[in-house]
Amino acid sequence: MIALLMRDIRLATRAGGGFGLGLAFFLIVVVLVPFGVGPQTELLARIAAGILWIGALLACLLSLDRIFALDFEDGSLDLLATAPVPMEAVAAIKALAHWLTTGLPLVLAAPVLGVLLSLPVQGYMPVILSLLLGTPALSMIGAFGAALTVGLRRGGLLLSLLVLPLYVPTLIFGAEMARRGVDGLDTTTPMLMLAGITCGTIALLPFAAAAVLRVNLR
Amino acid sequence: MLQAQDLSVTRGGVRVLDGLSFALGPGEALVLRGPNGVGKTTLLRTLAGLQPPLSGQVHSAPETLVYAGHADGIKAMLSVRENLDFWARVFGTEDISAALEAYQLGNLADRPAGLLSAGQKRRLGLSRLLVTGRPVWVLDEPTVSLDTSAVAMFAAVIRAHLAQGGAALMATHIDLGLTEARVLDLTPYKARAHSLDDFDEAFL
Repeated sequence: MIALLMRDIRLATRAGGGFGLGLAFFLIVVVLVPFGVGPQTELLARIAAGILWIGALLACLLSLDRIFALDFEDGSLDLLATAPVPMEAVAAIKALAHWLTTGLPLVLAAPVLGVLLSLPVQGYMPVILSLLLGTPALSMIGAFGAALTVGLRRGGLLLSLLVLPLYVPTLIFGAEMARRGVDGLDTTTPMLMLAGITCGTIALLPFAAAAVLRVNLR
Repeated sequence: MLQAQDLSVTRGGVRVLDGLSFALGPGEALVLRGPNGVGKTTLLRTLAGLQPPLSGQVHSAPETLVYAGHADGIKAMLSVRENLDFWARVFGTEDISAALEAYQLGNLADRPAGLLSAGQKRRLGLSRLLVTGRPVWVLDEPTVSLDTSAVAMFAAVIRAHLAQGGAALMATHIDLGLTEARVLDLTPYKARAHSLDDFDEAFL
């Protein structure tokens, strides 16, 4: 299983692996927003947390279809299904690899981009913490969506349509936590809800993803 | 080591093979033959556990089977050695040098697998079987894009595997020169073309 994690990270960081693609997309979206809304610092400060969250969500979406589609195309997924690793572990590990190569860099980039959006000082910690808590759920839900659409030609668009509605609870509580933090309010409730959603997805979705993978491999 | 009893398999909701029974013991090789579309791949995928049989049973000891399909499962951006190392670690083994040697991949070991020719990729795909350390090999068209010398390499590997008490089940059209291998023609087991009674079954 560690072998699978190492392989996925190695594949993502090599040429054509798509590492940095999500990060660059995140950067561009966040840089474009001030151009779109104009140089109004107060307005930017108010929407900064939401922009960072939506940017992270879209950037995460960008690389989701690679989670299983590439392995399906070259036959690795068939071989992994017959290898002595449970499919549930394959799904969970692949989601983890996706988070390490997409979600974690987004979290680390968020403070830098916060400066561009004139995020208030007291907002940095809650924004980073909310992204850190929320992005694993984005990867896990995405892995489930990728498992559903594996084997479909041009499944990427369908994947977005399936996954984005499932992202809504994470977005609501993540953005709420960040917004409350920016306003200097207590963030405990949305933080607990967000952590709960993430734990729930990590506990349940590997099984769902494994089940749909088995069906799709028939 | 591998036993099938009264097996029926389906592809896309259509029954393709019916009433198939065979047994494979240690040191035995079984070659499946039959025209295109008769259900060789479907049968092998069923035996490998990738899809459930419609009826009948497959008996094999757990963790003894290894499947190699049409696609080799090679990552183009990883080197030959990294590809093999990955599969060795997934199957809990260490040594890949014997596998590299058996298919003469030693001097290609550090080349990215994406730069290999089709035949070399196939050799890499087949060498994966050696690092799995599993006794029953289920092979689907193993000799595609191999040249004559590589086919001889493959036959030698199969022979050595059988001599060690392994078993091999393969779907192939060419003669490997394995005189000891039994041949199973699937044509008589071809199911009459009718769709399933329970239409929903195809989606479950």
